Amino acid sequence: MNRIKIFLIVLCLAPLSLFAAEPGMPLDSAPINQTDNESLQRGAETFVNYCLTCHGASFMRYNRHRDIGLENEAEVTEKLILTGQKPGDLMLSAMRKYEGEEWFGVAPPDLSVIARAKGADWLYTYLRAFYRDESTVSGWNNLVFDRVAMPHVLYELQGEQELVVETVAGKEVKSLELAKPGTMTVSEYDRYVADLVNYMVYLSEPAANDRKQLGILVMIFLFGMLGLTYVLYREYWKDIH
Amino acid sequence: MSKQNNSFLEWIDKRFPLVSTWKEHFTEYYAPKNFNFWYFFGSLALLVLVNQLVTGIFLTMSYKPDASLAFASVEYIMRDVEFGWLIRYMHSTGASMFFVVVYLHMFRGMMYGSYRKPRELLWLIGMAIFFVLMSLAFTGYILPWGQMSYWGAQVIVSMFEAIPFIGETLHNWILGDFMLSDAALNRFFAYHVVTLPVLIVVLVFVHIIALHEVGSNNPDGIEIKENKNPETKIPVDGIPFHPYYTVKDIFGVVVFLIVFCGIIFFAPEMGGYFLEHNNFIPADTLKTPDHIAPVWYFTPYYSMLRAVTVNFLWVDAKLWGVFLMVAGVAIFCFLPWLDRSPVKSIRYKGPIFKFALTLFVISFFVLGWLGTQQPTPLYTLLAQIFSVIYFAFFILMPWYSKIDKTKPEPKRVTK
Amino acid sequence: MADSFSIDSKMSGRRKFLVAATSVAGGVAGVGIATPFVLSMMPSERAKAAGAPVEVDISKLEEGMLLMVEWRGRVVWVLERTPSMLATLEKLEPKLADPNSEKNQQPDYAKNRTRSIKPEILVVEGICTHLGCSPVFRKDIAPEDLGSDWLGGFFCPCHGSKFDLAGRVYKSVPAPTNLVVPPHTYLSDNVLLIGAESKESA
Repeated sequence: MNRIKIFLIVLCLAPLSLFAAEPGMPLDSAPINQTDNESLQRGAETFVNYCLTCHGASFMRYNRHRDIGLENEAEVTEKLILTGQKPGDLMLSAMRKYEGEEWFGVAPPDLSVIARAKGADWLYTYLRAFYRDESTVSGWNNLVFDRVAMPHVLYELQGEQELVVETVAGKEVKSLELAKPGTMTVSEYDRYVADLVNYMVYLSEPAANDRKQLGILVMIFLFGMLGLTYVLYREYWKDIH
Repeated sequence: MSKQNNSFLEWIDKRFPLVSTWKEHFTEYYAPKNFNFWYFFGSLALLVLVNQLVTGIFLTMSYKPDASLAFASVEYIMRDVEFGWLIRYMHSTGASMFFVVVYLHMFRGMMYGSYRKPRELLWLIGMAIFFVLMSLAFTGYILPWGQMSYWGAQVIVSMFEAIPFIGETLHNWILGDFMLSDAALNRFFAYHVVTLPVLIVVLVFVHIIALHEVGSNNPDGIEIKENKNPETKIPVDGIPFHPYYTVKDIFGVVVFLIVFCGIIFFAPEMGGYFLEHNNFIPADTLKTPDHIAPVWYFTPYYSMLRAVTVNFLWVDAKLWGVFLMVAGVAIFCFLPWLDRSPVKSIRYKGPIFKFALTLFVISFFVLGWLGTQQPTPLYTLLAQIFSVIYFAFFILMPWYSKIDKTKPEPKRVTK
Repeated sequence: MADSFSIDSKMSGRRKFLVAATSVAGGVAGVGIATPFVLSMMPSERAKAAGAPVEVDISKLEEGMLLMVEWRGRVVWVLERTPSMLATLEKLEPKLADPNSEKNQQPDYAKNRTRSIKPEILVVEGICTHLGCSPVFRKDIAPEDLGSDWLGGFFCPCHGSKFDLAGRVYKSVPAPTNLVVPPHTYLSDNVLLIGAESKESA
């Protein structure tokens, strides 16, 4: 039975997440809920207003947002389409790739599946961890993504943060302090970013809710089959002594 | 009705050996009656193979083997194709589950001595299937053309450069370019969807023919064919595969499907083990991700590759690493001739074998875990220690299997 | 073959029932698993988006001119007919197979002699109802190859089917029905929408 125990222990270790974070920077847990359509819709509006200017979400169609409660196309057009595209179109950025390279040094990455690459917690922390740094080209730096090319797009809302470095027990501890408040309070801004991250998680796998719902039906059916096939197996094996 | 049925069967049977084939492989194929749950994994491997073939065909309908289109076409499947996400997850989960069931199937063979006479060839055919399966997994993992696809393939293909004299030419020949590019993606696609599937189907067929020729082993490791009923010529401890093992395997299939569907529907990424997070970033030929690791089923061998850090006997460490990695897989082929124990099954083998097998399993898992981690001096040392244990299990087997204190085998199978 | 798994008289009732129940459940599972695979072959979201209605600016359309528009990957003709072209429609009716458009090849608003909303403007799919070739617009009158009684229309080079200037099929040609009129509407005098009857249902 030793072998089986080892096997089980390893199986238990398996779900430990493999996201590779920058060492030393703890991530805040993102308070998101994939079934909250209002939050997802708020996030979607933030996304098209701020992110889509430079980044694309070029695997996603506007009319797909029926998943999160934007059922009719007029509503999708009104709330999400700022570029004159059609509801069936892919969410392309207004900016061209070469323009991005010219302006930021690197083309802003497509965001369709970024939440699956980086994880919700990373995005939630990242979008709240910009600080003023005059030594960079954009004038901004980020605690979880050192010398990131992207400037702080939401600074009017959050305000400007500054880096505070303290030495605690011989170790450098970095933290951020709000130097200039923005139009939102800290908790308002956190909520705002959480909605956006919630949406980006949806964006990275729009079928996820359907997947889980179908999964429940399949599991119920399989457990029924389990009982039935077990009884059938025992019935035949009564013959074997 | 049944008379009509019979005459139809007769008509077929005069032209094709349908009834006799059915009898030979199902109703009159006598399998030992003492199979335990370890014997589910063969039929489950067949089930997963069928799953991969069917879902694979449907994926090729929408996938584009072009470096500039591949990544987007996978997301097209995930979003725009109706139920494309389900078909894709069935395929990606199936790939990992194929290795789960095949590793368990191989371990079963190691426990009960299924590789030993007269099943040496059966074991070798199985090893050939395992090689093809690894090639399938490797070529398939490249296709989404994400960061892990690209850099994982880059690392594996670069190993060919380690071969003396012809290494570089061989490397370029394999890639059809001087670096990993569209040309390689296109040809790996051809291997993945045509060459290797045909090969694996043929090998699986041959594997089953060979199995039915020699008969199944069992947890007691004794030959049921040596004890036949003198009148019926049927092994005393054998029962017809159909219906007894068909109903049992159907039950096993449902248990497996519960696990399989649980992953597909509720954790298709399996925390980054089945679908790696970095593979959701399109391949960037200029930037290696901070941390690359192969998919979990390759990590034990990947650890061996990294474990060699010193040049030895005029050969540099890189080539030794490649050699060790290949040897780590190939050494299973020698098992039939390494095992000198008078008994087959672990049930009658002595404490040394049990201890050696336990150490082997531990080293397999530790090497597997180390392969997912960034190398540090401590981890490299651990990888070296456990690689030695891994190989010692095989190399010392002729010696320890001989001196081990075995128990006598029973005449009849036990419960 | 029939000795051990099919339901036969030697089996106990319980065993018969279990085999039957498992077979039914297995059948349900089979249908369940086949469904997504079959559905995956339907037109995808991309195909649906490409099949969205198209807006056409017809302000530059001239009399007697044929405009080709792509909708759902197939050609749609927009033809502005001259008064003399319209006059041929009544004349040709004895030669036509379905002059009154009885067969359902058009929306109700195009079930008239001109097969159109505005009499002079014809909107019709340029695909022969025989085997899918695209007919040629032949407005020349009485050419050598089509005979002296040809008053202008569409001629399919593949198998010789003939249609008049309203897309109505002649008698005794391979094509069975009139050309298809797609759903369409005028958003304004100069903007034609092909593929839907209103902007909202688009």
